[in-house]
Amino acid sequence: MKLTLKIWRQKGPNDKGQMVTYPVDNISGDMSFLEMLDVLNEQLIETGDSPIAFDHDCREGICGSCSLYINGEAHGPDRAVTTCQLHMRKFHDGETIYIEPWRAKAFPVIKDLVVDRSAFDRIMAAGGFISVNTSGNTIDANTIPIPKQDADAAFEAATCIGCGACVATCKNSSAMLFVSAKVSQLSLLPQGKVEAKERVLNMVNRMDEEGFGNCTNTGACEVECPKEISLENIARMNREYFKAALSAE
Amino acid sequence: MSVLDSKIPVGPIDKKWSDHKNHIRLVNPANKRNIDIIVVGTGLAGGAASASLAELGYNVKAFCFQDSPRRAHSIAAQGGINAAKNYQGDGDSIFRLFYDTIKGGDYRSREANVHRLAEVSVNIIDQCVAQGVPFAREYGGLLDNRSFGGAQVSRTFYAKGQTGQQLLLGAYSAMSRQIGKGKIKMYSRHEMQNLVIVDGKARGIIARNIVTGKLERFSAHAVVIASGGYGNVFFLSTNAMGSNVTAAWRIHRKGAFFANPCYTQIHPTCIPVSGEHQSKLTLMSESLRNDGRIWVPKNLEDAEAIRKGTMKATDLKEEDRDYYLERRYPAFGNLVPRDVASRAAKERCDAGFGVNATGEAVYLDFATSIERYGREKAMTSNLANASQETILELGREVVKAKYGNLFQMYYKIVDDNPYDMPMMIYPAVHYTMGGVWVDYNLMTTIPGCYATGEANFSDHGANRLGASALMQGLADGYFVLPYTIADYLADDIRTGTISTELPEFSAAENEIQERNSSLLSIQGAKTVDHFHRRLGKVMWDKVGMSRDEEGLKWAIAEIQKIRAEFYSNVRIPGIADEFNPELDKANRVADFLELGELMAIDALNRTESCGGHFREESQTPDGEAKRNDSDFAYVAAWEYSGNVSEPTLHKEELVFENIKLVERNYK
Repeated sequence: MKLTLKIWRQKGPNDKGQMVTYPVDNISGDMSFLEMLDVLNEQLIETGDSPIAFDHDCREGICGSCSLYINGEAHGPDRAVTTCQLHMRKFHDGETIYIEPWRAKAFPVIKDLVVDRSAFDRIMAAGGFISVNTSGNTIDANTIPIPKQDADAAFEAATCIGCGACVATCKNSSAMLFVSAKVSQLSLLPQGKVEAKERVLNMVNRMDEEGFGNCTNTGACEVECPKEISLENIARMNREYFKAALSAE
Repeated sequence: MSVLDSKIPVGPIDKKWSDHKNHIRLVNPANKRNIDIIVVGTGLAGGAASASLAELGYNVKAFCFQDSPRRAHSIAAQGGINAAKNYQGDGDSIFRLFYDTIKGGDYRSREANVHRLAEVSVNIIDQCVAQGVPFAREYGGLLDNRSFGGAQVSRTFYAKGQTGQQLLLGAYSAMSRQIGKGKIKMYSRHEMQNLVIVDGKARGIIARNIVTGKLERFSAHAVVIASGGYGNVFFLSTNAMGSNVTAAWRIHRKGAFFANPCYTQIHPTCIPVSGEHQSKLTLMSESLRNDGRIWVPKNLEDAEAIRKGTMKATDLKEEDRDYYLERRYPAFGNLVPRDVASRAAKERCDAGFGVNATGEAVYLDFATSIERYGREKAMTSNLANASQETILELGREVVKAKYGNLFQMYYKIVDDNPYDMPMMIYPAVHYTMGGVWVDYNLMTTIPGCYATGEANFSDHGANRLGASALMQGLADGYFVLPYTIADYLADDIRTGTISTELPEFSAAENEIQERNSSLLSIQGAKTVDHFHRRLGKVMWDKVGMSRDEEGLKWAIAEIQKIRAEFYSNVRIPGIADEFNPELDKANRVADFLELGELMAIDALNRTESCGGHFREESQTPDGEAKRNDSDFAYVAAWEYSGNVSEPTLHKEELVFENIKLVERNYK
């Protein structure tokens, strides 16, 4: 395949940035999108140009490092995949592909397609945990049976990889899907119910402080989420939040 | 007498750990506040250690090169985690887990370490459940288990095909709690480049801030290396792109011995290589071997027709298929350990029975299981007269519930539906059992410098059993290191903060500064990847699944050649003081170019076969690995001599008091 790439180049956080056009050739359908960028980068280095910076690591769709807004969609045109699992067979010969970074106030660009998602870590530090020390001297794991459907629902929510596609996709740059996935996982399990109230208040407050927008229920996040995290989590978080906010301590 | 002191406690095997814990020194809570610990890496071993140490009261500085600690490669582990809970009542016990792990490692690991691992394995599950890790459960609400290779019991706990993710997020949660409290200072996008030694003790590191490119100094009273394994020396592996040996290698160059570097694990079930462009390989979890049957065509003509595309797997009748693992190893069948399964696949493909265009693939077939599950489901759903079609449909649903994400991953990568057509798989580099030598306390040969998880060598011998890496990472991090490190730190309660202005810090920083500028000044014609790919090919061909003297000698010469060329012809764009991923990569590949040679030297020295290390010269008449216990029942710990090509060998004899050394038999 022969492709024309229009890629966002930005030297640093304070640079204005612009789209730059690059042709690539000999792209096979079996390549992943990132392997296609590897090919381009190898060319750029050999011709003395500076390679395109993008985040990536596991390349099997689980670490959440890779991002990229491709032709106006987070993680590109395919569903339920990250960019590293998007294959070039989804594109056709001669196509022009637009590649941009996640764009959100809370995710400032570091360089080219690399953004700073540490706001997610700070939301987690505000309450994304169960306060139990790792002594190993807790109760036996089978002491509290957990209904399979609760365990499965908690697992589904827990599969979030923290990539930020939900934020990038949302017209309000809301992080509700991300935050609600963690809130849901922990509030569905008996172990996490104890501090459910504080957790949801602390995480949501932190989310607001980080500059993420509000949720207006457009549902775009769910569509673009590579792990198909459900909107139901947002509904659950809203219930948890109201319960916590309205009940006096 | 060897210079190596493994510090294994005396006493009976099942009392060693508890006695040791009862007698080592402690640091009181008030004093812990005056002690700093650096942890490099935030995977299961590093993340768990950071969280536990911070909970105990130490000041932790944690480092990862990724943009968040949650992205460490432990996240990609799929299948599960072993623990001797015996919830299934199938005869499991701490002793059995201990025995299976020693046997699985082909009798090349330390008894005391492995027994401790089996002991604490039960705490891990309790701990993780308390943290909110959503393990798979049965309808009664209790935890579910499955089987993994090399075991005849079901002791593997799992969360679909994402167990590593769930365990890592558990550790990350525990870390986040401590980050919120200020007990862990997290340095993401920082890569360790050098170890600082003051008065013979590890006292700090030099790290490159990946965003600004600046070198930064960090001090502490102890340094923990939890930076994972070195599988990426093969270029293509199931490791993440960024996984590297740099932290471990840089401490090796400062005096930490590197043990058994030649022990690498080639995982039998990975998606085969599709072309030159490939940047990494993807694992299909070993858990699939619970339900998948591995086969190749019985006749060469059929294999050829399949390779040409004139025949499909499903066209082949049952009697024309060779389920070679079930044939060769009736007792364990498709669940033989990884090294055995990998070699058997290679043997069939080398003999011409491979099934994809490259001839390097075998089938992993779920048809039998789909039908079996479908029948069970039809029975329990009161559909006694269900049609074959309904049965298969029901069976597909059961398989989907178990392995859905793996099947989807396979489909996305290969563009072929594994519910209808058998998967194609081939072995790929996955894990490295070798690593930094550590004593029973997990301390390296540098005082105050520790290594945990895959970065050390201690628990898996010459072959790791499935679902044991997660177990070891968490055991080291949550339950071993936090105890053992106190014994060392007890001497440091009055030391006070270590100044980063000490001359040792300047010297360590200058060393890296000069190294980076000289790398950047080469401005040759080839990219870093070019050299990495060449190194990887040499490693895979000659230091891979099978090795022989001639090939290893050739590999050593070839690696030296590639390394020399690297230093004269590599091209790294940009400057040191900026976000420069190519420079980071160059540093990692430079270290791989040295490690690769040490691996070949180690493999050449070990003329026996054991576990993942298969020497052509040492095999039984039916092609199984043949150990030589009288000459090689030792850990090969290599000391850096100043010249990469001439390391000094130190031997730690392995003593087996509880398990008799016999030929490993899975037949």
